Amino acid sequence: MKKLKYPFSHQAVRELKVGDMVLISGKLFTGRDAVHKYLHDGNPSPVNLKDQIIYHCGPVILKDAKTGKYRVTAAGPTTSIREEPYQWQVMRDHGIVAVIGKGGMGPKTLKACQEYGCVYLHAVGGAAQVLAEKIISVDAVYLEHLGSPEAIWEMTVEDFPVVVTMDSHGGSLHVDVEKSSQAIFKNLIK
Amino acid sequence: MKARLTKKKAVAKKAKKTTTGDLQKSILELIRVTSSDIPADVQKVILQALEREEKNTNAEYAMNIIKANIQLAKNKSQPICQDTGTILFFVSHPAEFSQLQFIKSAQKAVLTATKKGFLRQNSVDSLTGKNDCMNVGLGHPSFHFHEHKKKTVEVRLMLKGGGCENVGAQYSLPYTPLEAGRDLDGVRKVILDAIIQAQGKGCGPGVLGVCIGGDRGDGYVKSKEQLLRNLDDKNAHKDLAALEQDIVATANKFGIGPMGFGGKTTLLGCKVGVLNRLPASFFVSISYMCWAYRRQGIELSGSQGIKKWLY
Repeated sequence: MKKLKYPFSHQAVRELKVGDMVLISGKLFTGRDAVHKYLHDGNPSPVNLKDQIIYHCGPVILKDAKTGKYRVTAAGPTTSIREEPYQWQVMRDHGIVAVIGKGGMGPKTLKACQEYGCVYLHAVGGAAQVLAEKIISVDAVYLEHLGSPEAIWEMTVEDFPVVVTMDSHGGSLHVDVEKSSQAIFKNLIK
Repeated sequence: MKARLTKKKAVAKKAKKTTTGDLQKSILELIRVTSSDIPADVQKVILQALEREEKNTNAEYAMNIIKANIQLAKNKSQPICQDTGTILFFVSHPAEFSQLQFIKSAQKAVLTATKKGFLRQNSVDSLTGKNDCMNVGLGHPSFHFHEHKKKTVEVRLMLKGGGCENVGAQYSLPYTPLEAGRDLDGVRKVILDAIIQAQGKGCGPGVLGVCIGGDRGDGYVKSKEQLLRNLDDKNAHKDLAALEQDIVATANKFGIGPMGFGGKTTLLGCKVGVLNRLPASFFVSISYMCWAYRRQGIELSGSQGIKKWLY
């Protein structure tokens, strides 16, 4: 088990390889469809994302009426491939070090991971409660007008569990598993 | 005389209100349990899958997180997955049963469940993109009624998330890319292809509901109905029982594994149903259910309370 601790750096994520199981402690910024489209359209980010991690997640967040504090009740990853047209550009222009999501991403993102020193970290899809437990605070919200699931939520996590499935050296577990499973399939339907 | 009538009317009205109230309460409880507690038959195969995976692999890591998540959701009475999915009601009822009254009570229960956080705001107006109807809107929730000869009312509920719904597929045989013809071997080929296409994107290890035949609409509905079957039941049709077993055994040789991380369990189960088809059509409809297989059912008592749980 590896640990990735805040502050993050491109140097630290370059050390990570496909198959590494990693526990992240530090900051995460949620960002899904609307945020990626927004940044892709050339809008400035409302928060400096340099050396940060974007989490493809539309959390369920409740605001405490008394304290005004936010609380996350469910926060699993959403399918990442929808951001494939935009992700490479966000990596290039905003200097992020990693994205967390589920299902993996395509060749554009894999190339950007190599060029800009990023990794793709796979969280367990559907594990909304385990992952929400790892979020120890919700620190800020940006672009709230996009709607709660689509906004950028800045949160602090401790030992947030992920697996590296695309690294900065051109490795992709998704490409490997697809290739090997296809080969077995072709053989079994002969 | 008049006073007596009014009193009688009032009693009748009160009785009716209590009844629908109970129904609403029963459905709300059904939603809470479905959203937060995986049925025993599914939990059993998930634990078996965890045992099968090799230690210290990505697959075992994922299955351990899944196991912990199931327990945590149950203990906290919170959604297993934040995508609480399409809300599908399947109701079997005797002849004397009001579907409209059921729909009304179910809609109210869904509203309450959404307010309480058992369900996420999950129903988007396809034209405006607005997501503010608290899960009661066009086609939401989804109702499927069946009249049966028994006296009982059985309400089954499935919450099916978008990730797994998106990897469902419908093939039309013959399917040339795989040389899949109009026979059971052709059916087998396209079912296996759907698993290959899905990889880990449907939040595997999953369960397939399949329908051979029917038109495009009925085929998909029937494929979802297969997911109401107990995972450890046996198909009454000999050839389909064999096909179900073969699909699971073959898929688990693919090595796709939990979440597509690689590993021994790609599929937890496969259930196949059949409908007649037109001479010109041969559809195979496949619904993929993620590991977060949320399905429960209740039999209603005479007062519309919960008489017993069906899974």
